[in-house]
Amino acid sequence: MSVGIVSYGVYIPRYRIKVEEIAKVWGANANSIIDGLMVYEKSVPDMDEDTITIAVEAARNAINRAGINPEKIEALYTGSESHPYAVKPSSTVVAEAVGATPDLTLADFEFACKAGTAAIQTCMGMVDSDMIELGMAIGSDVSQGAPGDALEYTAAAGGVAYIIGKKNQVAKIESTYSFTTDTPDFWRREGMPYPEHGGRFTGEPGYFKHVTSAAQGLMKRMGTKPSDYDYAVFHQPNGKFPTRVAKMLGFTNEQIKPGLVVPRLGNTYSGSCMMGLAATLDIAKPDDRIFMTSFGSGAGSDAFSFEVTDKIEEIRNGAPSVEKLLANPVYINYATYARHKGKIKL
Amino acid sequence: MSVPRFWRRLKNLYNLIGTRCEKCGGFYYPPRNMCPKCRRNGVIVPFKYKGTGEVVTFTIVHSAAKDYSMLTPYILAIIKLDEGPRLTSQVICDPSEVHIGMKVKSAFRKLGEESDRGMIYYGTKFIPLEK
Amino acid sequence: MRDVAIIGVGCTEFGELWDKSFRELFVEAGVSAIEDANVQGGKIDALYVGNMSGGRFIEQEHLGSLIADYSGLASLHIPSTRVEAACASGGLALRQGIIAVASGYHDIVIAGGAEKMTDVGVETTTDALAAAADREWEGIMGATFPGLYAMIARLHMHKYGTKQEQLAAVAVKNHHNGTMNPKAQFQNEISIETVLNSVMVADPLRVFDCSPITDGASAVVLAPAEIAHKFTDTPVYVKASAQASGTLSLHDRPDITTLDATVAAANRAYKMAKTTPKDIDFAEVHDCFTIAEICAIEDLGFVKKGEGGAATESGMTALGGKIPINPSGGLKACGHPVGATGVKQAVEITLQLRGEAGKRQIEGAEIGLTHNVGGSGGTAVVHIFGRDR
Repeated sequence: MSVGIVSYGVYIPRYRIKVEEIAKVWGANANSIIDGLMVYEKSVPDMDEDTITIAVEAARNAINRAGINPEKIEALYTGSESHPYAVKPSSTVVAEAVGATPDLTLADFEFACKAGTAAIQTCMGMVDSDMIELGMAIGSDVSQGAPGDALEYTAAAGGVAYIIGKKNQVAKIESTYSFTTDTPDFWRREGMPYPEHGGRFTGEPGYFKHVTSAAQGLMKRMGTKPSDYDYAVFHQPNGKFPTRVAKMLGFTNEQIKPGLVVPRLGNTYSGSCMMGLAATLDIAKPDDRIFMTSFGSGAGSDAFSFEVTDKIEEIRNGAPSVEKLLANPVYINYATYARHKGKIKL
Repeated sequence: MSVPRFWRRLKNLYNLIGTRCEKCGGFYYPPRNMCPKCRRNGVIVPFKYKGTGEVVTFTIVHSAAKDYSMLTPYILAIIKLDEGPRLTSQVICDPSEVHIGMKVKSAFRKLGEESDRGMIYYGTKFIPLEK
Repeated sequence: MRDVAIIGVGCTEFGELWDKSFRELFVEAGVSAIEDANVQGGKIDALYVGNMSGGRFIEQEHLGSLIADYSGLASLHIPSTRVEAACASGGLALRQGIIAVASGYHDIVIAGGAEKMTDVGVETTTDALAAAADREWEGIMGATFPGLYAMIARLHMHKYGTKQEQLAAVAVKNHHNGTMNPKAQFQNEISIETVLNSVMVADPLRVFDCSPITDGASAVVLAPAEIAHKFTDTPVYVKASAQASGTLSLHDRPDITTLDATVAAANRAYKMAKTTPKDIDFAEVHDCFTIAEICAIEDLGFVKKGEGGAATESGMTALGGKIPINPSGGLKACGHPVGATGVKQAVEITLQLRGEAGKRQIEGAEIGLTHNVGGSGGTAVVHIFGRDR
């Protein structure tokens, strides 16, 4: 396979709410929640931000980082579980706003938290088959947690865009492998404002089974082992799950550390492990190898193996890093958060 | 605004695409299809603005029309783009930060929506330019 | 061109007139103007009606016909025309009437204005008024009318050191004048503190910096000057009628603190009347917001640019001052039924020049000026009236 990442861009809204602030509203013990989730705070969109605006900002950062001509982008897929329209693509707005229209194909993807990595795989196939020159895969969400639900402590907002191509790769995609079953651990019915989930059922039969199966499947196919990689990124619904799954697979805490953004960001759903990969690329050196596995409830996992190229140094500073976007947050209280998230209905 | 009316302006609003007159070199955003200096002798062509500029004047709107009441208080400003033309938009920052002469850059935001069932309008607002 | 005179004036009370409809308001103002002029209805040759937004406020267009019909003039089939230029609709209707008489096309013309603003909720009113700005490039960004004038105020304060207290002084003065006007919406005194402690609408403009939402109508009867004395002993002569356009959007204005349409209209009016700002004894100006009066007295040439705030604070524009501004209470205290305002200004000038303004009478007033603005300055109408031809 001769495809890879040509550029990437991220966007994180500047507002944060601390776990303590949410816990206070529901009379919960913040410390036990922080210990249980390994999440301290989460990002919150502004009142005029949604999945589309976040996807546009991430996509523009990806284009600017490597000075890509947007007209060369011939496919664009936006993965999200919070598309503002039930029918009408988010991707048309994104494509128009980055100047990629009209000569391209596009669609919206949905696969809970792994719609973005599914979009990467789609672009890979199209680029590798010479159907397109460049493809853009975006994971963007303003994820929803019902008031008082455990998800409310982690459901965050953010977006990540990857441009996939053959020329000028900053990271070669060595291989990918997916593991998918019908496992209803988390869902949101049409027209419902908040998702439902299976509580602890989301763990073993959901997250752990799929992430480990996809990761082991890819390493088996490639003949690699955890120690062959400099870094690893796993889907981050909280801090605990990726840390535990890394250990189960034989990766060390040092390998996952640069990409573990969830404690300060929350779960950005379709953006989650793509955000971790971006944070890792922000500090990676040429020839570093990165292992990544996503997870989407429902359920499935996409595993990837990357090798960073010399080109990374050239484009690194062309757009804001994840660290920069995490820095200097504006903390808000629950009332403001409720306004920002549209929990107050007029 | 109706859907066709927004759609006609969508590229302008998304990407700050205005016009300029090749005859006199005048820059126009919002776009004009008649050059006010050269009038019928003007040669109007599309022009994409960089999206950086500065705050000429501003207000903090506390009492808004219905579609904007969820956003109050918001900063309404006249921005002078670096290329010259001025436009009206919102500045996204703490109201205590905004000031005349503040350097800003464009950001992609929701402008409004026609109720829960209607069309969502997107376009360009401005955020402080980092030093 | 013939000289034109106002031979009769009429005005409803201004305020929240819950029990009166648009048509009733206009008929009331029109009838009192006709009675004042001592004219028979059958003598009326044409009607001009200033109205900004019948479509939004009462969901009624075709107001020319409505007014002719309910004035009992439908059977005479006289021409009746609705005139629109946002908040300058009234001033413009007056100007159309003057042009019609001056040209010789018509002899006796009624020029009136009316707005019924309280039949819809305040958010609809705000949005309808915002249509006076550029919907595609100002309105969609969340611009409101107070917001646009607040941006003028902010820059005026920045450039000229104008203070909030000076803005407030406009409201205090106009409320004081309003106490002497039995038709005014607000007839109560307020203090600088009242203004400065009132609710913020669009920083730095507070509720008491803004003209209110008002129902009301006003009308004048116009006739050729040569026959004016047949109807009244005290005709008031139109010495100048001028109108100018500026950019629709505030952001396109060459100087955001100058309504250049006002400057242009005023210059034309002074030239036409062979007067200068110094010759004007008093004026009714468009104080839709306190900052608007400060800009108006500068742009009309009564004070230098940037000195409007200090001039107001000094009492120069108060009753008894060097040039009294808005003796009626202005839009601020008298109220601002948008389409009626420009005509009401002429009604006030007429009462003053006839010496019929009661407690607010300006002694020895010979020449008065009206200034009516549409939007943030896209249209300006200036009239100069005199006791002598």
